[in-house]
Amino acid sequence: MATNNSRALARAMLSPAVILLLIWMVVPLVMTIYFSFLDYNLFMPGEHDFIGLLNYEFFLTDPAFVDSFFNTIILVVGVLFITLVGGTGLAILLDQAIYGRNFVRIMVLAPFFVMPTVSALVWKNMFMNPVNGLFAYFATSLGFEPIDFLSQMPLTSIIIIVSWQWLPFASLILLTAIQSLDREQLEAAELDGAGKFSRFRFMVLPHLSRAMTAVVLIETIFLLSIFAEILVTTAGGPGNASTNISYLIYSQSLLEFDVGMGSAGGLVAVIIANIVAIFLMRMIGKNIEG
Amino acid sequence: MSIKNSNRSKLFYTGLAWLISTAIFFPILWTFLTSFKTEAEAISAPPSLFFFDWTLENYREVMERSPYFRHFWNSVVISVGSSLLGLLIAVPAAWSMAFNSTKRTKNILMWMLSTKMLPPVGVLIPIYLLFRDLGLLDSLTGLVVIMTLINLPIMTWMLYTYFKEIPGEILEASRMDGATIGEEILYVLAPIALPGIASTLLLNIILAWNEAFWTLILTAAKAAPLTAFIASYSSPEGLFYAKLSAASTLAIAPIIILGWFSQKQLVRGLSFGAVK
Amino acid sequence: MLNKLCIAMCAALTVSLPVLAETLTIATVNNGDMVIMKELSDDFTKKNPGIDLEWVTFEENILRQRVTTDVATKGGQYDVMTIGTYEVPIWANRGWLLPLDKLDANYDLDDLLPAVRDGLTVNDKLHAAPFYAESSMVMYRTDLLAKAGLKMPKEPTWKFIEKAAAAMTDKENSVYGICLRGKAGWGENMALLTAMSNSFGARWFDENWEPQLDSKAWHDTVDYYVSLLQNYGPPGASSNGFNENLALFQTGKCGMWIDATVAGSFISNPEDSEVADKVGFALAPDNGLGKRGNWLWAWSLAVPASTKKSEAAMKFVSWATSKEYLALVAKEKGLAKVPPGTRQSLYNNPAYMEASPFAQITLDSINAADPNNPTVDPVPYVGIQYVAIPEFQGIGTAVGRQLSAVLAGQMSVKEGLARSQKLVKRSMRKAGYPKN
Repeated sequence: MATNNSRALARAMLSPAVILLLIWMVVPLVMTIYFSFLDYNLFMPGEHDFIGLLNYEFFLTDPAFVDSFFNTIILVVGVLFITLVGGTGLAILLDQAIYGRNFVRIMVLAPFFVMPTVSALVWKNMFMNPVNGLFAYFATSLGFEPIDFLSQMPLTSIIIIVSWQWLPFASLILLTAIQSLDREQLEAAELDGAGKFSRFRFMVLPHLSRAMTAVVLIETIFLLSIFAEILVTTAGGPGNASTNISYLIYSQSLLEFDVGMGSAGGLVAVIIANIVAIFLMRMIGKNIEG
Repeated sequence: MSIKNSNRSKLFYTGLAWLISTAIFFPILWTFLTSFKTEAEAISAPPSLFFFDWTLENYREVMERSPYFRHFWNSVVISVGSSLLGLLIAVPAAWSMAFNSTKRTKNILMWMLSTKMLPPVGVLIPIYLLFRDLGLLDSLTGLVVIMTLINLPIMTWMLYTYFKEIPGEILEASRMDGATIGEEILYVLAPIALPGIASTLLLNIILAWNEAFWTLILTAAKAAPLTAFIASYSSPEGLFYAKLSAASTLAIAPIIILGWFSQKQLVRGLSFGAVK
Repeated sequence: MLNKLCIAMCAALTVSLPVLAETLTIATVNNGDMVIMKELSDDFTKKNPGIDLEWVTFEENILRQRVTTDVATKGGQYDVMTIGTYEVPIWANRGWLLPLDKLDANYDLDDLLPAVRDGLTVNDKLHAAPFYAESSMVMYRTDLLAKAGLKMPKEPTWKFIEKAAAAMTDKENSVYGICLRGKAGWGENMALLTAMSNSFGARWFDENWEPQLDSKAWHDTVDYYVSLLQNYGPPGASSNGFNENLALFQTGKCGMWIDATVAGSFISNPEDSEVADKVGFALAPDNGLGKRGNWLWAWSLAVPASTKKSEAAMKFVSWATSKEYLALVAKEKGLAKVPPGTRQSLYNNPAYMEASPFAQITLDSINAADPNNPTVDPVPYVGIQYVAIPEFQGIGTAVGRQLSAVLAGQMSVKEGLARSQKLVKRSMRKAGYPKN
């Protein structure tokens, strides 16, 4: 009886969230599916003809699509790699007994609070600009040719900017995890003669795996739809060198105002996101249960 | 010997940590300093770190160009409003999943998260049309609703992982003592869950504050938050580094200050089930 | 009748009850002239106590997306929109803009420069009022050119430009002979390249809407452009747009710069420019084929059909583009800062011609621009630095990205143009061209 009661209650408590998210997902999705079969350009008012799969055909055979697909992957994987490795290193460093740890932590945390648009603008103009940027100044004063970051290495530049924003997040989660590590065990291992590396490899790293999966999951969600940073810095170029799928769809829906094709692209992105989600679920499955 | 050694290593790690953290913080510091320079000084070579004629001219000009305080207030309403509304929905949901988990719980959770992976541009036109028909364009209400929906999955998941760490025995013990569900939540759960809730709230305020897609598309003037304030600086007009820096500082300072003051709370609940 | 009565009553109400003030939402770009308009708008609100103004200021691309989304979905978020010569005919033909038939009584339509007025007139009615208009011209550093032992002709050729660029370049001291737009975008690098290609004898489409980007004339254009910038241009040219080049020129890093005439007042104003007293101006270059590479653009104020405050909106448009406004700017900000290129009366003012060394070239360039016959060979479209069809934003930007990749050295001219041709063909097929 009591269990039945509490089950019903549990369901009642869960349902608002589920229903809201269902609406939030289904209504636009249905509209998007519908639009994706229409010849619908914002510039062409009036009747929108049903054109079947033509939008999909155009989107998938667009040479920019393949480029943007791989750019998306490189961007996500690149940022994940940098933030995980850098974050682990920083977390271990911050875990040491150091002077002024609180202040150091405050400084490391700060980039996480910065608006993506602002950080992209600041990096683009004040650091990466090949004439007036700080990097160019250092390069010239050392006698080198300044690097033109955004046109010579656009995707790398964006990875640098985004990694800067997400490094604090990864470091903090990993730091919390490290601090929960059993110190006595570590000391015991040290007494048994385990070296620094093997202690890291066989004790710290496995302990961090849960935290790392959490970082991967959260970051992937945000990294898949990175957009503002690209818009502000390279606008996807030169060529398609820094166009990801989000940006491609954006340029189709809002530069070309082709709602039909943008919708088709949106659905392709949804499918890709779901594949990633399933993949992540598998990967995280065990770790999240507990 | 060993004390000396550990002292030396402490100094080494301190130096290293300060070096790295200063490098990470430097872009923000540089922006802050540049905002007090004249435009000519902002691009001068060699750059000056502290020794220049400090001026407030850029702030005056930036504030004159657009109503900073209105944008600021809109940002506050949108981020705090959506976070509170989100908590109202997410706390019960997370509570129910954490303490009455069924076979489907994990699937529901993952499904919720997967809704966050949809690229917003894909549904831009449908949402715009819906907002137009509901009269929600350029309204704070509309933005609060959107921000709530966008961050709901993260909130639910964060709270879920946090609640999950609360040992079930405590609840059972209180039930044995005859506590009602209301009492259970109020006297037993709330005190334990508070850090998690606070941290969820803070994280979502930060995420909503920095969201720059919907806040830009769905607003014009009345409801435009700080993301719109900064968007008018996204392409240079002649020399503009100092003005850009001033506008940037104004846009990010409130949230950085909030974040610094509350970093303990933020970090404490930021486990995402990572700590076990 | 009833309508008129209502309007009269409403007007009476607003006058007697200033609490019920109408609020106009104005969307505009963050260019210098618009910033001045915003600063001076107190003058308008003082004269029109019943009207409050809300400003939405954005960078050009963001502005364009937002107003286009709004006007096409009839969102009604804005009452006055800042748009260009590209949008006006397309939007007006779709009924998205109200014809400006209620402009102020002493507005003096005939004072507008004919080339500009024509571009904004659809079905014999003005659909947007020009706020400032521009063509393109050569801006150069007189001191550097003299040092190189050269003299700028009033009508330079592309050959001369190359020679002068080579002679002025001094990379040791960060002086680059030529600055040109390289940032991808139909309103950025493609505006320059399309206008330039006209003088090389190229065209976007033939009379049957067949794309012509793989033609020899386009090859010559892009070849010339790329080698000029790669040899004598600043580093990072492929991400420089109008504003980036303006900053470069103002800080003395460019020998020559071919861009919008409106830049004339920014580079010759000692407040903003370090080289203000060393600048000269000339017409955009040509290749002896009868067309110069100068464009025509007018940033204009329009009233969308979705507004509920058309009356007040027209009042504002009248104010911001009137002779009185020009006089107001002259009084408050100085004569050289008056928004250029819209009114003949401005160019009849000897004081203005005196104060602005770029004025005569601006006027000549605008008058020389002919959007209806932009190319050497005949074309089915209107527009000099663009093709006035809705699809052009998309294809222009897509091609712009390919050519900025060419400029960045990521592919050859040939490959870039071949890809562009393919892209344009695809888009035109999707859009159903040739249309009958």
